[in-house]
Amino acid sequence: MAKKTPEVNASSMADIAFLLLIFFLVSTTMNVDSGIMRVLPPMPEEEQEEVEDLVHKRNVLLVFISANDEIMVGGERMEIYDITNKVKEFVMNPNNDPHLPEREEKEIDILGTYPVSKGIVSLQNDRGTSYEMYVKVQNELTRAFNELRDALSQEKFGKKFKDLETNTKKAVSEAIPLKISEAEPRDVTKGGK
Amino acid sequence: MIRGKQKKDVPALSTSSLPDIVFMLLFFFMVTTTMRETTMLVKISLPTATEIQKLENKSLVSYIYVGRPNDMMRGKFGDAPRIQLNDSFRTAAEIGEFIAAEKDKLNELERAKMTVSIKADEATRMGIITDIKQELRKAQALKISYISQRVLSY
Repeated sequence: MAKKTPEVNASSMADIAFLLLIFFLVSTTMNVDSGIMRVLPPMPEEEQEEVEDLVHKRNVLLVFISANDEIMVGGERMEIYDITNKVKEFVMNPNNDPHLPEREEKEIDILGTYPVSKGIVSLQNDRGTSYEMYVKVQNELTRAFNELRDALSQEKFGKKFKDLETNTKKAVSEAIPLKISEAEPRDVTKGGK
Repeated sequence: MIRGKQKKDVPALSTSSLPDIVFMLLFFFMVTTTMRETTMLVKISLPTATEIQKLENKSLVSYIYVGRPNDMMRGKFGDAPRIQLNDSFRTAAEIGEFIAAEKDKLNELERAKMTVSIKADEATRMGIITDIKQELRKAQALKISYISQRVLSY
């Protein structure tokens, strides 16, 4: 009988395989698309009159992005970083300023009566506005509402908004509704709507 | 003497668990690999955002791509931003048809939850996006998502 060649010790194979597995687990990005969710307003009916007049002026905060990506909030030029605070102040109206939106006492499940703001943020843009800036501003607006919801959730339930259960989440989103109106397009270069 | 000879032989290792490991790897890659259904005709670099939500049910999502034609398509279609639906370039006016076709694939209950995700290049001008939005409103596809890349902060 010829001399046996010793078999290669393969016991470390499993370790190597696991190492590979862990490496891929960590490095693979599950490509789940995510984005800023919005609900568009339905197309107005032909006979429907402009409803803008029904909304009180104090309840609307106009956010306009120009073709040069400059931002105007409520009539004044603003940098992107200041939008969140401006919107938060607008929605909450902490000092009952008569120029800021009214707050209406509403009965909400779990929370009880809560003064719900009537404020609407109206986002307008030019046809020449860059998509990048548009998304940035949308992001800042969302951030403002998310922070307000977080604050309320923290105060009432001691948790962040995203950690709440479905029914409490619903109550909080009812108390601070996401009211962002993506207005009809405006074309400044051609003059008016 | 015989004992000494036996000790020198390394006992063969049981490799019976190796298939398990290989299968585990295989399943892992099978699950994570997403087959790309559409070939991209446009080049897209997504805008960045922090406050984003994941698209939950993939079967309820329809995609609209907007951007400049990629290197292969540039010779034929020029450099202006275009809309891609499924596998071809389309105009904004054709979105209504596209949405109707997408809605047909879903049942009654799912239709209300349909989301249109707009995957647009960050350098695109809003004009083309606004046209898309108007068409979506006409087609009653109101839930949209502006696809962005997650960043922690600016």
